[in-house]
Amino acid sequence: MSHIVDQIKERLKARSGKEYWRSLEELADTPEFQEMLHREFPEGASEWGDGFSRRGFLKLMGASLALAGATACTRQPAEKIVPYVRQPEEIIPGRPLYFAGAATLGGYATGVLVESHMGRPTKIEGNPDHPASLGATDIFAQASVLEMYDPDRSQALTYLGNISSWAAFLARLNECMIVHRKYPTPGDGLRILTESVTSPTLAAQLQEILTALPGAKWHQWEPVNRDNVLAGARMAFGEPVSTHYNFRNADIIVSLDSDFLNYGPGTVRYARDFAARRKVEGGKMNRLYTIESTTTNTGAMADHRFARKAGEIGGIAQALLNAVRGTSTGIEKWIAVIAKDLAANPGAGIVIAGDHQPAEVHAAAHAINELLGNAGKTVFYTDPVEADPSARLQSLRLLVDDMNRSQVETLIILGGNPVYNAPSDLKFAEALSRVGTRMHVGLYDDETSYLCHWHIPQAHALESWSDARAYDGTVTLIQPLIAPLYGGKTFHEILAAMMGSDRSGYTIVQDYWKKLHPENFDHFWRKSLHDGLVEGSAFPPKTVTAKADLPPAATGSGEGLEIQFRPDPTIYDGRYSNLGWLQELPKPMTKITWDNTVLVSPMTAKRFALSAEDVVELNYKGRKVTGPIWILAGQPDDSITVHFGYGRTRAGRVGTGAGFNAYSLQTAGAPCYDSGLELRKTGSKYQLASTQMHQMMEGRHLVRSAELDEYLQHPDFAREVEETPADDMTMYPPYKHDGYAWGMTIDLNACVGCNACVVACVSENNIAVVGKDQVRRGREMHWIRVDRYFKGELEDPEIYHQPVPCMQCENAPCEVVCPVNATTHSAEGLNDMVYNRCIGTRYCSNNCPYKVRRFNFFLYSDLQSPSLKLQRNPDVTVRTRGVMEKCTYCVQRINHARIEAEKENRTVRDGEITTACQQVCPAEAIVFGNIHDPESRVSLLKKEERNYGLLADLNTRPRTTYMANLKNPNPELKEG
Amino acid sequence: MPQIFHRSANTISKFSIFGALFVLAALVYVTYGVNMSSYITQAGVAREQPVQFSHAHHVGQIGIDCRYCHTSVEVSNYAGIPPTKTCMNCHSQIWANSEFLEPVRASFRSGKSLEWVRVNDLPEFVYFNHSIHVNKGVGCDTCHGKVNRMPLMWQHASLQMAWCLDCHRKPEKYIRPKEEVFNMDYEQPDNQLEMGRKLVKEYNLQLAILTNCSTCHR
Repeated sequence: MSHIVDQIKERLKARSGKEYWRSLEELADTPEFQEMLHREFPEGASEWGDGFSRRGFLKLMGASLALAGATACTRQPAEKIVPYVRQPEEIIPGRPLYFAGAATLGGYATGVLVESHMGRPTKIEGNPDHPASLGATDIFAQASVLEMYDPDRSQALTYLGNISSWAAFLARLNECMIVHRKYPTPGDGLRILTESVTSPTLAAQLQEILTALPGAKWHQWEPVNRDNVLAGARMAFGEPVSTHYNFRNADIIVSLDSDFLNYGPGTVRYARDFAARRKVEGGKMNRLYTIESTTTNTGAMADHRFARKAGEIGGIAQALLNAVRGTSTGIEKWIAVIAKDLAANPGAGIVIAGDHQPAEVHAAAHAINELLGNAGKTVFYTDPVEADPSARLQSLRLLVDDMNRSQVETLIILGGNPVYNAPSDLKFAEALSRVGTRMHVGLYDDETSYLCHWHIPQAHALESWSDARAYDGTVTLIQPLIAPLYGGKTFHEILAAMMGSDRSGYTIVQDYWKKLHPENFDHFWRKSLHDGLVEGSAFPPKTVTAKADLPPAATGSGEGLEIQFRPDPTIYDGRYSNLGWLQELPKPMTKITWDNTVLVSPMTAKRFALSAEDVVELNYKGRKVTGPIWILAGQPDDSITVHFGYGRTRAGRVGTGAGFNAYSLQTAGAPCYDSGLELRKTGSKYQLASTQMHQMMEGRHLVRSAELDEYLQHPDFAREVEETPADDMTMYPPYKHDGYAWGMTIDLNACVGCNACVVACVSENNIAVVGKDQVRRGREMHWIRVDRYFKGELEDPEIYHQPVPCMQCENAPCEVVCPVNATTHSAEGLNDMVYNRCIGTRYCSNNCPYKVRRFNFFLYSDLQSPSLKLQRNPDVTVRTRGVMEKCTYCVQRINHARIEAEKENRTVRDGEITTACQQVCPAEAIVFGNIHDPESRVSLLKKEERNYGLLADLNTRPRTTYMANLKNPNPELKEG
Repeated sequence: MPQIFHRSANTISKFSIFGALFVLAALVYVTYGVNMSSYITQAGVAREQPVQFSHAHHVGQIGIDCRYCHTSVEVSNYAGIPPTKTCMNCHSQIWANSEFLEPVRASFRSGKSLEWVRVNDLPEFVYFNHSIHVNKGVGCDTCHGKVNRMPLMWQHASLQMAWCLDCHRKPEKYIRPKEEVFNMDYEQPDNQLEMGRKLVKEYNLQLAILTNCSTCHR
């Protein structure tokens, strides 16, 4: 049989025009795919696994019928009501409170509001006043509430693996400190290892220790770091300035392997600003060129996407710089065209380089931005946001060297998991064993704590007082929502304990700010806490000048296959390994859950005769790891991407054992990418759980897209594709909706495919995690999914994202087939789902053309773990086995808002109700509201020409409609 | 061949076939009756509490307003059970040494909550909101009964869905002027239906929504 890639090429040739496709199997139209398509659920999803004889079945049915009547006669067991002894002033039982705070990733803060139900944080929302959030968050912030309640978090302070006490730890710490103080250079042999620090208080505390103990040293390690960014700034400006961007003012954006819509400080804000400029205003929208080394969400948004090996991007950056300077000839045409486009929009362009590209690429980007006058208009420089902007890798290397030379007597590790995530050639674990006293403070009892004498449970961000800076320097004071569940301590308290003080986190943070704001401190403190940011704390923009003689970026890449290391799109560097919400979140491009893969391009797959799920051995400089192959369209040839975060050995019940460990290939010499990889097929297969073929709606015009010119000439293009039946074409009498009629629009032009809506929905609606085996059977429970479509050629596809929640059809196919009226049409047009009535026939799901209904094949909700009970939203029923469920447009929020409005004798205002997916969306792609109100945002959007209904030809009359996607390609780069 | 059955078997079989109908009907009747009975619903069954608090005394005799203790009834879905502090507002002064009230004082001293037995207990999949009901003219005693005459608290109504729907379908049968909501001695006027219809209009009750599944279940 010919390779799948050949089959596809053949078929593509035979087809006319560009078509949308989701997976290679679909394109090749393999028998397996046909089989998949004709099933409601994948094979086995709707089958009873146990071998049951007919007789056994009848016996059981008879018995259950006889007992069914008896079950109705149960009385509810008596419940207790436990009121407060002294009720706190603000708390009204049954109504949540919101507290401002921040979620940090890599040290950088995103402002959040935390919903708290009588002392239990249950949901994270973005803080609309915070510059890095503007009301939205990323997936990690959403999942941080689960992290806090994770039953696998370390729950006890341990010494040599045995439970110990805080007092015992303090005594030991004190002994160590006395020894270190007595050295000729006080502090000799004492080392502190942290992750990236932006917290002003923590930085001041560290500084205090380093001043008091000059021999002590502070190291930082962060596996997904910004070393290259800072080195690039040093190279270009001679100082490690922080760079941030204003995408709202950018007409032309060039991404040099930067996934700015998905990663890095400020990404949520960037997505908002970028998406705002995808709206056509005055016949114009922004244009994004992406040159990238693996298929990313940023590439999916691009108007022109160029897949190049990571090692080739330096040369492209250099060529682009030369073209902008006009100093060189013989530049490839497409680079010259980009340069021309940039030059035509001075002060309104952005060139942004990816974090894993070397310093020279960043320096070149800085130089281009300066030449084009973008600096100060779309690109801003400030003092470094990080407390110590020195290179993380260098810092870790120094620590390892000192440990190997036995110069480290006491090592205090504040967070992080270097034993797992340090580059393998540093042999961190080996070096660590030479340290006399090793202390680890962390959320989990992980690989690192296992090799440390002491492990101290860390207080989660939602349990502690702290502060942190955002991408532009804005400080947020972080307040606890709940007392530490497991007696955790904050870094502040550990550092204070080192200095012999028993101050609490609260006093430490407050004292720091008191010094800066001695006057009217109480007002300052309360206001900053309430607002979620310290007013005026953003760093002022700095004027810096790029050096004229920048070292040229390396051109071309070495021989052989290239290997690239990237943070995982859902579990990042491995710190979120144990969060089921993120493990089960389909990765934006591959739609794989619960695993990482070896990503190869179709042509590379053909060269090595690989197909998906083949296990290969990767051999890089003698380091070997085996992992399953996934063929990803748009991946550059001969370049292989592996993601961090998997292959954990001590992550917890959820994360341990999933995937392979990419860190074991990584070296300190080339932490981001390198050539010289060898790949060998092992011959075995590994089953992956990818959802890309689940819930298919094959062969219809689901995603609609046009180029800007086309749109301007034919604004109606999305509606011309298929016919929408007339209003009277129905057998049923029309519903009368006198009051509200809820509806939604999803703008495919704005959606950046970040998946935040999925996690927000899981968090808001108590959606269960089902596990890899169940996902493989197509039983994932997500109420909203983000479908990813490719269009066109295998090597260079266009990529589209389409979030699909319940359409809340006006003529709902699900409603008419339910034998027990468990799904009914509400007076406001929702397809209500009544769990307590559902008997699990699954007829509704069978009849749903959008495949948005989810069935509880088993008891997926964890009803046992006490901590997880606290996390649940009390306004939403926790579903049990045998019940169908689906998106309800967050009916609990609708009811709440309606009741509040009714009490005030008014109607619900537009924008008063936001669904969870809408609220979290960084791109503001989702708009919800009353379609009876002609002035509501959703009504206005539905009137736009781009608006179209999914499968509207079926006469389902969906309440959720889509705004067609637009691309804005450069006419000069169009083929032909 | 001799007959296996006596001739009278005919009569017996006819009678038992005919009788089975009655037996079945009786079974349905009994099941229904048991299900609606206070054995299942617990309506009318007084509950023993950690402190034998008497609404009859506090509301009926002293005349304390419902909202003195159930503070959140107008703003939240929960009416709210008073914290121990509320009891101690008075009982630190009066009956301050009563043996009867020792659990209250113990709670106040130790900071450990009193654990009351829930009297009106809806299933977990029902989302009832007190505030909207009292704001739309549903009196406390419409659902809770004449609390001012209950020495120990009991559940007044069956709290079954049919009972909820009775009012959700025809609120005019029960609605009263808003200012009478907390009046325990309120009696329905003779022209209840007429007044009810007027109030339903005046208070802008969304009748179409009242019987939506998602109004109570979600």
